[in-house]
Amino acid sequence: MQQVFSIPKSIKENMRYTFCPGCDHGIAIRLVAELLDEMGLQEKTISATSIGCSVFLYDFLDIDCVEAPHGRALASATGIKRVRPDKFVFTYQGDGDLASIGLAETMHTAFRGERVSAIMINNTTYGMTGGQHGPTTMMGQITTTSPTGRNREYYGYPVKMAEQLALCDGTAFSARVALDSIPHINEAKKAIKKAFQVQLDGTGFGFVEILSTCPTNWHMTPEQAHEHVRTKMVETFPLGVFKDITK
Amino acid sequence: MENKNWKAENSEKVLIKGNYAIAQAAINAGCEAYFGYPITPQTEIGEYLSAKMQELGRGYVCAESELAAINMVMGAVSTGAKAMTSSSSCAVALMQEALSYASANELPVVLVNVMRAGPGLGYIYPAQGDYNQAVTGGGNGDYKIIVLAPSTVQECIDYTYRAFYLAQKYRNPVIMLADGLLGQMMEPATFGNYPYPEVDTSQWALTGAKDRTSRAIYSCAPDEKKQIQRIYDLFKKFDVITENETSYEEFETEDADIILTAFGSMTRNIKAAMKVLREKGLKVGCFRPITLNPFPTKKIAELAQNVKNFIVVEMNMGQMFKDVKCAVNGLTKIDLINRPCGEWLSVEEIVSSVEKILEKNYAASV
Amino acid sequence: MGKIVIDNERCKSCYICTETCPKKLIKKSEKTNRLGDFMVEFDDKNQDCIGCAMCAKRCPDMAIEVWR
Repeated sequence: MQQVFSIPKSIKENMRYTFCPGCDHGIAIRLVAELLDEMGLQEKTISATSIGCSVFLYDFLDIDCVEAPHGRALASATGIKRVRPDKFVFTYQGDGDLASIGLAETMHTAFRGERVSAIMINNTTYGMTGGQHGPTTMMGQITTTSPTGRNREYYGYPVKMAEQLALCDGTAFSARVALDSIPHINEAKKAIKKAFQVQLDGTGFGFVEILSTCPTNWHMTPEQAHEHVRTKMVETFPLGVFKDITK
Repeated sequence: MENKNWKAENSEKVLIKGNYAIAQAAINAGCEAYFGYPITPQTEIGEYLSAKMQELGRGYVCAESELAAINMVMGAVSTGAKAMTSSSSCAVALMQEALSYASANELPVVLVNVMRAGPGLGYIYPAQGDYNQAVTGGGNGDYKIIVLAPSTVQECIDYTYRAFYLAQKYRNPVIMLADGLLGQMMEPATFGNYPYPEVDTSQWALTGAKDRTSRAIYSCAPDEKKQIQRIYDLFKKFDVITENETSYEEFETEDADIILTAFGSMTRNIKAAMKVLREKGLKVGCFRPITLNPFPTKKIAELAQNVKNFIVVEMNMGQMFKDVKCAVNGLTKIDLINRPCGEWLSVEEIVSSVEKILEKNYAASV
Repeated sequence: MGKIVIDNERCKSCYICTETCPKKLIKKSEKTNRLGDFMVEFDDKNQDCIGCAMCAKRCPDMAIEVWR
């Protein structure tokens, strides 16, 4: 028998994820690692890391990383790419980091058409701090800071990054994917590959928003959480490719 | 826009504005990328570099904010490249978070602050109100930044060179604290060559994990013991910086009874005031810290043993005054001549203020 | 024909794999790991596993390796 599934080489040896049970961060990082392996990028990658649950990327991936303050990962990524255009530069950020505190940096990276790739984990809440209302919290969703659910009067509406970034001239690829099923995981990997490829081809900014579970702060079992992604989350955050200028 | 072609190996004297001098010196120093956002009175630095960096095929980004600009610098310098940003007072306030990160992560960030008046938006007339902001910093946690204060356009060039060198040598952020007066003033100056050796960054810089284990630069510290050690290490490093890099300038302090102290471009006026006071028969000397951090505390303490009065002259409410007072440590009298901002204290004003202070302190006995 | 190996040190007992396996060959065990969670075990007496790797692909903790 041949081994058909093993831990990617770009994952650090003897590493164990520190995420909660059933959290999709683990799958997203594995997909990134698989692509770094398959596309031969590990040795030329420099990543700017973010703050939140995504902060420990440098503990998991066997690549060069520099920490950026909360929300500034894409600014740091820009700095890296501008002095080392031959390197592969990507960020892995949460929704709070990329879509709230770092929204200006994110949008302007896209406007400039910076040759970097960004992956955003959308779990509709601030996970690390214990499940507060965030930019992607859905209407009616109960969090520790929206105890009666997100309403228009107090909180306004959720941010839809994949659609917003698709509107930017500098964006080459923007998609929203999910990790709740095998077909969706396969599609997610394809999308991340495309977001990486547009950088390598010098086409522009590549972006993938990944709908992800937060069973702990959603107070659900992992399987219930995936069911929630499948049935509820996709209503607010429809899956699909919103921009692909290579087509 | 004035955009004369200053050559890298230019030994001749040229008449040049402070901001352009800083920008060209950065190019000569091998700055690979500039990231900035306009703010008066330093905008000419970005204007000059926007043209030059593109011409040279180096990095240039009109950042969306000062926040983004300094974080771009952090990314760029993490690869071992030399990079810088420049800004002014209220916008440097936005960069304090990044300076704390850059200190913790030991990233050689170079920041030029051409000071304007604060607090708040203030205005574009000159001031020295950012002494505290630069020296004690506005970021979180225990950290120290190297701060250089030029007083002439020539020093704007020299200290820009030095800033790039010290930043990489010690892997520590460096602020060059100039002011609107220097930024906007034209003076004769010589560029010369970048006088420092290139620093080897190969042991820590991010280049992609090829033929070596991966590197991660971060300050996140879930392990409390490691964090305690890290802070001790950072401060040990700063002790070495203090030992090696503390610099100052003194004029006629050998026989002085009174020492006038100032930093940055106010040094010019205290030197002139010293001459006038000497002509009046007063034994006046001048002392000027060049590195505001590390501060020449030891030297001031030494001088304080032999003089009767230190007088600090600055364009703020007495920010350096505190550090001089700390260094003097009760050994001698210390007074302050200041104005919060705006029109620079003139030589005449300094002379008459010194005379008033002496009258008050010694009842006309000096 | 296939087989899987579960790394009990990596497994956090989220049980996604038990739902995912099309042949229901992964079960909640009665044994607990060092965290006190009931582990999962591969129970393939009749050698039904075809090594489709669906369990591994959905495992958030890379605790499953697959042979075919």
